[in-house]
Amino acid sequence: MADEDIPMEEGGEDNKELEVAPALIAIHPSQKSLAVAVGSDLRVYDLHEGCALSLVDESCKSYHKDSIRAIRYGVNGQLFVSAGDDKIVKIWLSNSWHCIGTICCEKRVSAIAISNDGLYVCFADKFGVVWLINLEEKDGIFSLVNEKAVPMLSHYCSIITSLEFSPSGQYIVSADRDFKIRVTMAPKRPLGGAHEIHCFCLGHSEFVSCLDFVSSPDCQEGFLVSGSGDSTVRLWDITTGSLLDTCEVGAKAGLLESNEKEEGNFYAVTDLSAVPECTTIAVAIQSFKGIILLSCNISVKSLSITKMISLSGEAFIPTCLGISMSENVLWMIMGISKLQGLDCSSLIRIRAISGIKQSNEEEPIVLEDSEVPGGKKLLDKLQGSISIQENAYLAASEALKKAMSSLLIKKQYSVVNREIRKRTRNDRKLKQ
Amino acid sequence: MVDQEAKTTHNKTTGLPRKRFYRARAHSNPLSDSHFPVPLFPSQFDYSLHYPHFFPASSEHDSSKRIQFADIGCGFGGLLVSLSTLFPDTLMIGMEIRDKVTEYVKERILGLRATNPGQYQNISVVRTNSMKYIPNYFGKGQLRKMFFLFPDPHFKEKNHRRRVISPHLLDEYAYALAEGGIIYTITDVEELGEWMKGCLEDHPMFEVLGEEELEADPVVKLLSSATEEGQKVARNGGQTFRAIYRRITP
Repeated sequence: MADEDIPMEEGGEDNKELEVAPALIAIHPSQKSLAVAVGSDLRVYDLHEGCALSLVDESCKSYHKDSIRAIRYGVNGQLFVSAGDDKIVKIWLSNSWHCIGTICCEKRVSAIAISNDGLYVCFADKFGVVWLINLEEKDGIFSLVNEKAVPMLSHYCSIITSLEFSPSGQYIVSADRDFKIRVTMAPKRPLGGAHEIHCFCLGHSEFVSCLDFVSSPDCQEGFLVSGSGDSTVRLWDITTGSLLDTCEVGAKAGLLESNEKEEGNFYAVTDLSAVPECTTIAVAIQSFKGIILLSCNISVKSLSITKMISLSGEAFIPTCLGISMSENVLWMIMGISKLQGLDCSSLIRIRAISGIKQSNEEEPIVLEDSEVPGGKKLLDKLQGSISIQENAYLAASEALKKAMSSLLIKKQYSVVNREIRKRTRNDRKLKQ
Repeated sequence: MVDQEAKTTHNKTTGLPRKRFYRARAHSNPLSDSHFPVPLFPSQFDYSLHYPHFFPASSEHDSSKRIQFADIGCGFGGLLVSLSTLFPDTLMIGMEIRDKVTEYVKERILGLRATNPGQYQNISVVRTNSMKYIPNYFGKGQLRKMFFLFPDPHFKEKNHRRRVISPHLLDEYAYALAEGGIIYTITDVEELGEWMKGCLEDHPMFEVLGEEELEADPVVKLLSSATEEGQKVARNGGQTFRAIYRRITP
């Protein structure tokens, strides 16, 4: 690479790539509704009524002004949270779709989590600080106690990519781009901060991108699974911080060529989702047009690939997954905002797989558009009915991959390039 | 490094490095991610590289010895050198973010080991950003002492978040310290002294040491006298502000 010939263009290009955000999908715990976010657009579909929903924001501010980076339903299904690059966290009641709170942050938000009892919403900012918002519940209705968020813990100077409350509620787990997973004791008085670190789960050799818990009937806490830019999914015991198993998803799925591995060209795991009531984990990984299913053996404490489900049709590489607690459907989305060269402002494609719990020898089946819950009507409302060309999908996947690297992988500058970059620093006194 | 170069950068009689060949700016940006290798987890840290006397072969780990003292921002290594002979069986590490300064300390330790056989084998230095990588080097409750001597004050309020002692970073230091372990801080900047004391006082996992304990601890006197920074402050007749706390269970 002729580093010497490419001085400052890198900077400009990076900025454009950073603005590109992946589409997100979230499913209500009982699959009552489905939410999709692309760019600053938040779209919700009611599966029971069979219609798109409009969001009510009494503060009269237009919803999100910049790319939404995280959306989530609470475990009890009553709360929904959205947050992103506009430095705003919005909390919604998912029955009426009223916005019960808009919290302003100093920095862009990268991850959110809702406590199991719905009384706390956590969000992480770009600088690595995790903030807490306190809610209260009266007669089954949730409301904000205070519009001001309180800092709870921090990963110094690191972007937090995923936040989770453990199933028992005893721990708060946070993962960052510096390969670390931190397990903190959930404090008795959360507003006083979460100071007691229980352990770290260390072992990934690249940014950690996603977290989830695999439930086990014997173990209350279950096991933590994490996906990373190092192409692996790892299994952890958060009570000790020990690494139980590593599944080299990228390598085993035959995605990595040996020469590519040397160049450090890893295919990152973009999302994973533990399937409720079983030990299956659905994994989305860059360059794979489908889903890879892993199985967790609870007694042996290991992970293995059980199935690789390819989706035929367009080049669909999902980057975000969603499953409800009760239904047997895995939802997948691929999408991007502001793709250069695209006529419309965004591209979204949603697909679904049924039979994901694989109970009673059931096999997972990729659903056609008409078979998806909500059918073509849902897809029209959420995707838009514009037909998209094949190369747009490929271009989108490439752009998303670049954006993820740009955001989460530390740039390595050659000594020459670093010196050139230092020339533009503005904190030095000018020599006369 | 060839002997030819070593002869000019090092003092001919003592074999110790000469500071003027290791000049660096006093301040370094802890926010910038410069490139230095970091262990993925504490057991990946190569003890045999740093303490060859205690760990003869890299494949064997018969010694269960681990680092127990950490000097965060060790500068030119003054404290480590003083502590080394005071606690000859304790492994200690200095952490420094500046490249040239780390090199200086490395050379200083090697020089001392050469001229004092059997001594100074228990200290070493590593170039790293301790605000980000403490959990990579130390397991839970591993350290007995942590030192923060004359840290960068980062005067501007918008830069307070870069201070090495802060409410959130104390969570990580509490994690690395064993219960009963001690954190020593000292500065000549009054406002910073107030800040550090405030952070420690407010943190549920630290409690202040009593006067009698401070009197009895031989390390306390070294805080202002052992380092180059401390000696400079004494020369200028400056005042120092200490905050020394013990790690407790909340």
